[in-house]
Amino acid sequence: MGNKVLMKGTEAIGEAAVRADCQCFFGYPITPQTEVAAYMAKKMPKLGRAFVQAESEVAAINMVYGAAGTGVRCMTSSSSPGISLMAEGISYLAGAELPCLIINIVRGGPGLGSIQAAQSDYFQATKGGGHGDYNMPVFAPSSVQEMVDLIQDAFDVADLYRTPSMVMGDGMLGQMMEPVEFREREPRRLPEKDWAATGLLGRTKHNVINSLYLEPEELEQHNTRLQAKYKTIQENETRYELFHCDRENDLILVAYGTTSRICKNVIKAAEKDGIKLGLVRPITLWPFPDQAFEETVTRTKFGYLSVEMSAGQMVEDVRLAVNGRKPIDFYGRTGGMVPHPDDILARVKQMVLEGVSLWH
Amino acid sequence: MALTFEKTKGLTDVPTHYCPGCTHGIIHRLIAEVIEELGVLDKTIGVAPVGCAVLAYDYFSCDMFEASHGRAPAVATGIKRAKPDSVVFTYQGDGDLAAIGTAEVVHAATRGEKITTVFVNNAIYGMTGGQMAPTTLPGQVTETSPYGRDTQLAGFPIRVSEMISTLEGACYVERVSVDSVKNVLKTKKAIKKAFEYQLAGKGFSMVEVLSTCPTNWGLSPTEAMGWLRENMIPYYSLGVKKDIAGEVK
Ligand SMILES: Cc1ncc(C[n+]2csc(CCOP(=O)(O)OP(=O)(O)O)c2C)c(N)n1
Ligand code: SF4
Repeated sequence: MGNKVLMKGTEAIGEAAVRADCQCFFGYPITPQTEVAAYMAKKMPKLGRAFVQAESEVAAINMVYGAAGTGVRCMTSSSSPGISLMAEGISYLAGAELPCLIINIVRGGPGLGSIQAAQSDYFQATKGGGHGDYNMPVFAPSSVQEMVDLIQDAFDVADLYRTPSMVMGDGMLGQMMEPVEFREREPRRLPEKDWAATGLLGRTKHNVINSLYLEPEELEQHNTRLQAKYKTIQENETRYELFHCDRENDLILVAYGTTSRICKNVIKAAEKDGIKLGLVRPITLWPFPDQAFEETVTRTKFGYLSVEMSAGQMVEDVRLAVNGRKPIDFYGRTGGMVPHPDDILARVKQMVLEGVSLWH
Repeated sequence: MALTFEKTKGLTDVPTHYCPGCTHGIIHRLIAEVIEELGVLDKTIGVAPVGCAVLAYDYFSCDMFEASHGRAPAVATGIKRAKPDSVVFTYQGDGDLAAIGTAEVVHAATRGEKITTVFVNNAIYGMTGGQMAPTTLPGQVTETSPYGRDTQLAGFPIRVSEMISTLEGACYVERVSVDSVKNVLKTKKAIKKAFEYQLAGKGFSMVEVLSTCPTNWGLSPTEAMGWLRENMIPYYSLGVKKDIAGEVK
């Protein structure tokens, strides 16, 4: 307790999951997160828990479906192309309301893309990815410590609302060594999993794990229930950080994960030029923290600049949240390129000093 | 009045949706009877496929999963690894198991997952209305092989049992048929043995059941049984393809 250890992001993910009582890990190797599987392969058998190297991400997510349906905590970990293969399975998990954890250490795309850090799977993670009307809580840590803390939270939220949940980082976070502390925490009160298919074990009515509703009325009712659940998640689980937002700013940056760390440096650098910047850092990407914009929209003169390692994805949610009340600009790098603080600052100056917004 | 027949406790009272003369119902009953006779109803978990048997979760009285198309062996793997004391079976058609789900069944078998797969081979895609399956015979007419399966264009049917029997992790593989009373009884024996191997922790067991689809074959139920005997059995030979008990003797 209270001991800090130096750990690589991917290994910290494994350790945090083990401590969160994850009983089964299923995965398929893909850079830049394969060390998660390697860590679990070492740890899980020693604890009498299950580790399976699946034949594909398709199989891995369906193994998760099987294990989650029996009511145990389980997870998989992958990176962008692997998550694409899991899309159908994630939709089934959402439809059958099965709790589990999915780690996504995002790399550059589209296609085979690159193995470098990226944030170009924001749409995939937050807007469905798989088919049907579903959402999934997506947590976006910006440090190894926060990743460790959010893994416990993601498992709890999954169990509490019967939903798959995702922790989404990027290759930088995965490969970074940082001091972490595994904190003992008050466990959340979680409901009994009386819906789980465990074998009857004396029960008289069988439990069925299923997402099929052949009658349109029934499927609509199921969707209505899901939507009500998503609304509750929005109300209770939305998380964000406001940095330097308690003052009148010239501009507010919006960034999550690795780019939010860069933005904090930009804010410092801008002070020297007499430019006041704030930062809205979404910690949950879904639910997106609309509230953060309600709290800041009157305290930014020139609006918001969304900074991403993508061609402009989260900025669409920023635009929806701000809803025309302030100008919005976007700065992003793609393909595994990381935005440089000087370039972000140059863009800030264009907006603040010249009033130029380059985003369509 | 003395009770002369009682429906197995392994099935619910929900009426099945299968076409008249379809053999899915027979196979369901055999599995359910085996589960009851082995006394494992309380700890059995079944996995239904996507295919005509998609609603099997309503018919078996044990706990059930409905898996995505082809992934039942992966789902069963997750279940068994999470609950090693349970008895886990998958029920899959030939499109489900031998086309979209080939990787999952091969790897579940080679890992020696302690699960039992009941593979229903009716040489066609039933649910989607009679398209060519990987098991459709050369020359067989289906909706997507309207001139008969041309092996130069569509390749050859897969003999799944022979393929699976080459894998070390598979402990018991048998091909059976439900075209006659005698063969129905043999099918039940095979399914029972497959479950017993699972209970003994020996590895992956599979029973391939040659089955009919009168609706999409365009035949009466009786004609369909004849077609199975005359066309399927010569290509898909019946019998035990693998039995580790025999091998270690
Ligand atoms: C990913 C996906 N692809 C396609 C389908 C459509 N589909 C449903 S059942 C089926 C074929 C099932 O045939 P088979 O496994 O032979 O079982 P049968 O219906 O003959 O019992 C297909 C292609 C689907 N549900 N999901
Ligand atoms: S379509 Fe064929 S396999 Fe499906 S229920 Fe009807 S007869 Fe049986």
